[in-house]
Amino acid sequence: MAEPLLELAAVNTHIGQYHILHGVDFAVPRNQLTMLLGRNGAGKTTCLRTVMGLWRASAGGVRYDGRDITRAATPDLARLGIAYVPENMGIFAGLTVQENLLLASRGGPPDERRLERIFGLFPAMKKFWHALAGNLSGGQKQMLAISRAIVEPRKLLLVDEPTKGLAPAIIGAMIDAFRELKRDTTLLVVEQNFHFARSLGDTVAVMDSGRIVHTGTMPQLAADEQLQRRLLGLSLDSHQ
Amino acid sequence: MKALFDWRPLALVPALALGALLFVPSAPTWLTLTVAGLAMGMMIFIMASGLTLVFGLMDVINFAHGAFISIGAYAAASVLLAMKVQVQAPSLGANLSAIAAAVLAAAALAGVLGLFFERVVIRPVYGDHLKQILVTMGGLIVCEQLILVIWGPDMIPLPRPATLTGAVLLGDAAIERYRMLAVVVGLVVFASMWLVLSRTRIGLLIRAGVENTEMVEALGYRIRRLFVGVFVAGCALAGLGGVMWALYQESVTATMGMQVMVVIFIVIIIGGLGSVGGCFVGALLVGLTANYIGYMAPKLALGSNILLMVLILLWRPRGLYPVGK
Amino acid sequence: MIGALLSGDTPRSRLLAALLLLVLIGLAAAPWVFPGTRALNVAAKVAVFIVLAASYDLLLGYTGIVSFAHTMFFGIGGYGVGIAAAKLGASWGGLALGVLLSLVLAVVLALAIGLLSLRVRAIFFAMITLAVASFFQILASQLSSFTGGEDGLNFRLPAVLHDRLIAYYIVFASALALFLLLLRVVNSPFGRVLQSIRENEFRAEALGYRTVLYRSVANCLGALGATAAGVLYAIWLRYTGPATTLSFDIMIDLLLMVVIGGMGTLYGAAIGATLFVVAQNYLQDLMKLASDAAKGLPLLPELLHPDRWLLWLGVLFIVCVYYFPAGIVGRLRSMRRIG
Repeated sequence: MAEPLLELAAVNTHIGQYHILHGVDFAVPRNQLTMLLGRNGAGKTTCLRTVMGLWRASAGGVRYDGRDITRAATPDLARLGIAYVPENMGIFAGLTVQENLLLASRGGPPDERRLERIFGLFPAMKKFWHALAGNLSGGQKQMLAISRAIVEPRKLLLVDEPTKGLAPAIIGAMIDAFRELKRDTTLLVVEQNFHFARSLGDTVAVMDSGRIVHTGTMPQLAADEQLQRRLLGLSLDSHQ
Repeated sequence: MKALFDWRPLALVPALALGALLFVPSAPTWLTLTVAGLAMGMMIFIMASGLTLVFGLMDVINFAHGAFISIGAYAAASVLLAMKVQVQAPSLGANLSAIAAAVLAAAALAGVLGLFFERVVIRPVYGDHLKQILVTMGGLIVCEQLILVIWGPDMIPLPRPATLTGAVLLGDAAIERYRMLAVVVGLVVFASMWLVLSRTRIGLLIRAGVENTEMVEALGYRIRRLFVGVFVAGCALAGLGGVMWALYQESVTATMGMQVMVVIFIVIIIGGLGSVGGCFVGALLVGLTANYIGYMAPKLALGSNILLMVLILLWRPRGLYPVGK
Repeated sequence: MIGALLSGDTPRSRLLAALLLLVLIGLAAAPWVFPGTRALNVAAKVAVFIVLAASYDLLLGYTGIVSFAHTMFFGIGGYGVGIAAAKLGASWGGLALGVLLSLVLAVVLALAIGLLSLRVRAIFFAMITLAVASFFQILASQLSSFTGGEDGLNFRLPAVLHDRLIAYYIVFASALALFLLLLRVVNSPFGRVLQSIRENEFRAEALGYRTVLYRSVANCLGALGATAAGVLYAIWLRYTGPATTLSFDIMIDLLLMVVIGGMGTLYGAAIGATLFVVAQNYLQDLMKLASDAAKGLPLLPELLHPDRWLLWLGVLFIVCVYYFPAGIVGRLRSMRRIG
């Protein structure tokens, strides 16, 4: 089996005097979508931010594509092919959709074919090309955030709660988009919407109080209702 | 859905000017006052723009900004005194070349000092606003004292170049020549900044960085490097502003930069911390108000800026064009 | 008993205690130990500025807010006394009224400034206080029929206050009492909450403390301290004017005193104020000697010129902010731990 694209080993993170991550261990296999699940405050966002270098791990190591990136700076990680879509989407409200995407494509104007792909996944991007990103709806902003993450080829996508606050119809469009993305990118997605998680996840890791309490495959977890209830307090079958 | 421009704050400028027409009895006087107000506003804008941009992008407040204004003024004074021939020549070309040389010297000196200042004074206290205020205040004191050491405590008179003294007559209105130059320079500076911010990739980075520095880094840009460039540019702008201001007042003193800081702070608060456009509108409003009130009710003139600030904050508590962060 | 007087906040360093004792004795016995009007003037100024700096430390060191309006309150105290004495004559009633009104005005202004701008970031607050103080300065110089304009007000006080000795001891005793009062405030539960807010505002909010309220109260207390100092200074000088109270230079001097002395210790403000005022009056003589001695050398005479003493203080100030955030007092206290 190929080496995992991303691997966290005994990662501890402190924010000020608060100890958030207590020795996190898990791996993200290549070309699969790994779901990071857990209750609120379990440390999922902290995990992503630590990987992305926005917060520094106080102990432990992070390996990406065979190299140690524990101490790497955020811009360098982006240049290595990691894209980050934060919980608040991080779009630039004062810039247009076009400008947001222009900024995201560091190597010059966006590649035509990639733009076509984006327009195919999210037609709204083409429609609102010259609109100020701040005037878009919640769902459209999320689409923009993801478009930005893929306007240049990336190896790994870190996505934090992509369906948060979105209407069910939009979530459906998101599922299709992510299914399309899965074909050539590795993804690590933090989610609370279990319908979304179940539809897309290949691998799953569950966090609680800053620790990984379960890793395995999604079909495994989906089949075991008792396990679901124990880990998440809810059944994966509940549609949200 | 094209981007909708918030025109109301900008509309305040002509509204104020036209409103003043009701209170100023004669049209020629109104014209003189308006040009004077615009000129003052432009100069304040040049001096303030660097500060608001640095704050918006880097979240750094540089209380020593006034020192860079003074340094620019002193550098210009030295250059202009050395170029007495060109300054006193009755040729616009010679005069402008002298001013251009002075401006270059001022911006260069202020910029280089800004580089030093960012590295030595500011960088150790990124993120700590309390320490920034204290340290930059200390920097202001030290810079001002060093100016006194190098150039001495006496006020240096700075006469305007020959073709820029006096006034032209437009009908019955006397418009000072130098003030017209100030308006032109201010417009050029604003237009240049506008173009850079809206048409270049660096401008894009700055606008995005002002909103969310973290995300810009997550897109792969080493934005810290940009910080230094923007800081230096801000200091150079302060130096340029200092030159214009010194020629306007026709004198150079060590405390001139510090004295204008209160007005600058008022302008960037009115405009919205971090907004260049807001700073422009705010500066024009302040300049016009000071001149109109100075004519109509001289006793109120000095405090008029602050009253203007209070009024605007009541309407828009975050300034005319707030920038996200 | 001394512990109770100092509200449990002892110097915690032999050297510091000795220095403070020296200052206290020096001030208490000034008319005899340092004869001459100039020396007595310096002593009175030291006493006043100890209170002024200590009240500023309450804001800067204990609450963590930088305000540039402190000299405005200093001026309010001075002008309260001055205007009352000038308009109502040299009576105790008039004096009391002036003091009362200035204290009330100070609280009202401090509350207004606090509630309006303490919600915002430190930088915004600092700029607003600068603007407000500047506005007040303009008012003081423009309403000259009331305030004496740029020249200020010379006035007469009740006859007994014209005796230099009596006036001095009233200033000294009041300053001492105010300092001990401030010590009490910062060591009370209120003071401890202030410090926790300064350390970590987020956490304090999470613990249920309404930080804006606490900061506003601190702002008011600081303002009251400054106003009281202004009253004392006006009583001593029998004069109030913009240059002696409202000038931005004084604001800068306060910053220097508190930071170099040691933020958040109150004793630092005392030491800082003493050193500063004494140096301001006597160090410059020393610098003049050095500057004359260096004549002929490049730049050195200008750098050592007595008027440039602020340059060196400014450098010291910056060094303190970076390397000695607890100033002289912090240094003395940490020395004790090593030794």
